[in-house]
Amino acid sequence: MDIYLLEAIINGLLLGGVLALLSLGLNLIFGVIDVVWICYAEVVMAAMYAVFWLYAEWHWPLLLACVAAIGFATVLGVLVHVIVIKPILGSAPINQLLATGGLLFFLQSLATLLFGTNFRNLGIRLPVLEFGGIFISFSRLIAFGVALIGAVGLYLFLARTYLGTAIRAIAQDREVMGLMGANERGIYILTSAIGGGLAGLAACLLVLQYDVHPFIGLTFGPITFMVCVLGGLGNMIGGFIAAFVISQIIAVGGYYFPIEAAEVLAFVFFIVMILIRPQGFLGK
Amino acid sequence: MSDARDLRFGLYLPLAAVVIAPFFLSDYFLHLAVQIAIWSLVYTAWALMGRFRLTSLGHGAFLGVGAYVPTLLWNNYGVTPWLGIPIAMALSVALALIVGYPSSRQKVVGHYFALITLALGQVVLLVIVAARDITGGSLGMTPHTVGRSWYALQLPNKAEFYVVALVAWLIGLAAWHFVERGMIRLALEAVAEDEDAAEAAGVDVLREKLKITALSTGLTALGGALYAQYLMYLSPDAMSGVGISLEIVFAAIAGGMYDMLGPTVGAAFTILLTEGLRVLFGTHFVGAANTIYGALLIMFIIFMPRGIVGTAAQLWNRPRGPPAPAAPQPAE
Repeated sequence: MDIYLLEAIINGLLLGGVLALLSLGLNLIFGVIDVVWICYAEVVMAAMYAVFWLYAEWHWPLLLACVAAIGFATVLGVLVHVIVIKPILGSAPINQLLATGGLLFFLQSLATLLFGTNFRNLGIRLPVLEFGGIFISFSRLIAFGVALIGAVGLYLFLARTYLGTAIRAIAQDREVMGLMGANERGIYILTSAIGGGLAGLAACLLVLQYDVHPFIGLTFGPITFMVCVLGGLGNMIGGFIAAFVISQIIAVGGYYFPIEAAEVLAFVFFIVMILIRPQGFLGK
Repeated sequence: MSDARDLRFGLYLPLAAVVIAPFFLSDYFLHLAVQIAIWSLVYTAWALMGRFRLTSLGHGAFLGVGAYVPTLLWNNYGVTPWLGIPIAMALSVALALIVGYPSSRQKVVGHYFALITLALGQVVLLVIVAARDITGGSLGMTPHTVGRSWYALQLPNKAEFYVVALVAWLIGLAAWHFVERGMIRLALEAVAEDEDAAEAAGVDVLREKLKITALSTGLTALGGALYAQYLMYLSPDAMSGVGISLEIVFAAIAGGMYDMLGPTVGAAFTILLTEGLRVLFGTHFVGAANTIYGALLIMFIIFMPRGIVGTAAQLWNRPRGPPAPAAPQPAE
């Protein structure tokens, strides 16, 4: 096989890890609270700025800056739920989706106000590794590894702990669980916190690879929604598979065509798949 | 209904005055008025679908087709926009039907419909960027200028363009009126309530959905074309993609998507607010205006889901007579 094609496939695999992490948070929130956070990528953007600010301006150690950014995103996740979602939990789902869309504008503009529209980066250059002629960026490798660890951690939490079981139970049937005495409100806040935290984790991985600017959310937000819907909204395993399918289409497509054309290919694939199977790969 | 009629009559005269006033004011106000008229058309077009729970987050796709096709035809083949715009509208409708036909057949609704349309908007954005050899990519493009010309629909005189924009706006309102009075409204309201029940009652769901989709997307393309002809500059982010698609949705909701003049009020409100905040903050705080705008949007959706016009009409009707029948709630 062509060595460049192999390189594209491997890079696609690495990209898939980060996409999978992003889709996990969004799917968790949708599965439990039944809300699509259109502003999810903007929460990631905010956390990217947090890492940038703490590391590059305040000269915190990178690891500490990342931990703080994850904490920041966790709090932001809770705030999104308490301030925006909670007052309209009873109204139509599309209104909840649109309210978080308003938040998208708000966060974007606030970032512009605070940081300007310049592209910022950490100024860290991680080495590029070479394996028998194949070049792989070290930052992507880290991102892939951490994303997988995050996914496994979330899986263990949901499968093995008491709270995780409660979250899954609410996702299955919120009315009955309420009657059985599960603390629905607490679970919602916990879910939003975890969703925010996952966004923060993704932000730490993305900020190593990309410059941060107020509109960066628009570049990977739509792809994240696509991954979630393709896997079946709320279905985390489906989203996980879809993340790798989509990233392969983009990576391998990018080998044959210009990168925008590869993304068009991914979006067209998405639209066609949804029209054939609206419930997604693994949706009910 | 006589109260409502009084209200309408009381509104029409001031409205007519406001619509005509820019002709007597400076170019600056004409500039705002042209934008309000064009975006009113686009928001009205969006609300034609939105009011029936067909929440599209991808109308930027049709705006983009409407903006780029006539300009590409003009620049490369010298085709007049008078021909280019209908072609763009037809292509836009075709694109909408290619996606709309299977999604209506598969009964794709709610979140899925919203996210499919979001993807469609992104596809058009990426196609425009990818075809940078002819579209200029992210840098944008300009139509070849020929000075003032009706043939090229290039009217540097803002008063003249305002006439064109007003005609387009009235076309949008006429389309709304046509839908409001027609069987299609009853059919689609039934579909929005309960698709299966409507089908069982004899509504041709697929056909009615496609009709409103075609009307909505065709008019959106018209709005996009006029906006490009007015600005004489096209850029992918301003004409398609997620950002502008969401702006369309928000403005229509802010004004009120269940009333004929709601989207128009939404256009006036958002454009004047943005402009007012821009003047207020100047260039000192880039982003401050939009931050406030974003916060207002969230509050609108939480506290006034029926928008300015819908809420005003409710307040107007409340003290007189029995409460109005339950309004169709915006939807899943």
